[in-house]
Amino acid sequence: MAVTQRHRISIVGTDIEFPCPETMSVLHGMAQLGRKGIPLGCRSGGCGVCKIEVVSGEYERAKMSRAHVSVEDEAEDRVLACCIRPKSALEIRVIGQINRAFPEQTKTKDDGAAIPPA
Amino acid sequence: MALTGITRPAHAQIRVLDMDKAVHHYGTILGLIETGRDAEGRVYFKAWDERDLFCLVLRQADTAGIDHFAFRVLDVATLDQFEIDLEKFGVPVQRIPAGELLGTGERVRFTAPTGHVFDLFAEKEHLVDPERLLNPSPWTNEAERGIAPVRMDHALLYGPDLEGNLELFTKVLGFRLSEAAYLEDGTTMAVMFLSCSNKCHDIAFGRFPEPGKLHHISYRIESWEKVLRAGDIMGMNHVPIDIGPTRHGITRGCTIYAWDPSGNRFETFSGSYDPYPDWQPIRWTIDDLGRGLDYPQQKLHETFLTVVT
Repeated sequence: MAVTQRHRISIVGTDIEFPCPETMSVLHGMAQLGRKGIPLGCRSGGCGVCKIEVVSGEYERAKMSRAHVSVEDEAEDRVLACCIRPKSALEIRVIGQINRAFPEQTKTKDDGAAIPPA
Repeated sequence: MALTGITRPAHAQIRVLDMDKAVHHYGTILGLIETGRDAEGRVYFKAWDERDLFCLVLRQADTAGIDHFAFRVLDVATLDQFEIDLEKFGVPVQRIPAGELLGTGERVRFTAPTGHVFDLFAEKEHLVDPERLLNPSPWTNEAERGIAPVRMDHALLYGPDLEGNLELFTKVLGFRLSEAAYLEDGTTMAVMFLSCSNKCHDIAFGRFPEPGKLHHISYRIESWEKVLRAGDIMGMNHVPIDIGPTRHGITRGCTIYAWDPSGNRFETFSGSYDPYPDWQPIRWTIDDLGRGLDYPQQKLHETFLTVVT
């Protein structure tokens, strides 16, 4: 049986890193290990909450909603973590903009995201 | 009770990023029946126990989300009256010609204050096997293919102006409030559930900063056991599940929230209850919204508040 290649994903500016199989999206790789760092959304390219910038490394991409990833974004490696599979170790930065329902009542300090303070 | 005016939620047209994946999801995994394709490439589906030609239209696009949600009204005279009533209320309407959607008559289109496009129509072809109308069996092979909901049941849509929608839906369109969750002040609605029948919800809205957003489209399953079966089928097919299987406190529905291959959330649900027009609406407080959303886990899931298309 072929051994699945795994690559190290690290989130810059944090101490978060996890291994991700080549066959899985970066987001799925994180979630299935129970790890946090990238906000979890629809996992299918539609909602945009898991937007990241790939700072270094090679990856394959699937279709993403243009409402969240423009042509320029894609050209500059701003993509959705649910739609890329690693081909090498990746360094990423979380850049997703998240809108919340009734934020004043539900906002907490720790919403599971690794977004550095603005 | 008599069903007049708007008789039911009828269909949703949604955008998908990859038509082949979407058709596999809705046709094979959810187990809806494909009933047509049109010149624009849109694909139509119905649930096995529905009479109308379709309850779901998929349109290939480069974004996900909902194009419009439609209700069937009793007859053409009712449709004409709704057009007059909407205009009187100050809501601009547009007539969409018959045949723009397969087998469907003229639609009266308006945009609700939350930014969602709604269509009303009186005529859509029925697609029913004649065997289903004479000494029929209680179910068919299609009732066990895939998840196989009996019908498209309701939708939850997110947008900013809930007060505007409450006015429009209760004063013009004949809906009534069955349940609502309120923010800390006790008067501002966070989420509201509206009925045009004696179902607990035919349409629901949640307060959100962006207009026109889709939270989920819901499909009715016959039992809690079949909701668990739906969960197994999602697992077998790697369908990403958001919440459940569990039970909502609000509406008492037994539920799974999950996402289609474009990130549009859908629900498979059973249970709930049957309120009547004279019933007082049920209130939920923001402090107990966790149980409102997920009663046994008592948890206000982050994705309920943030993930929409």
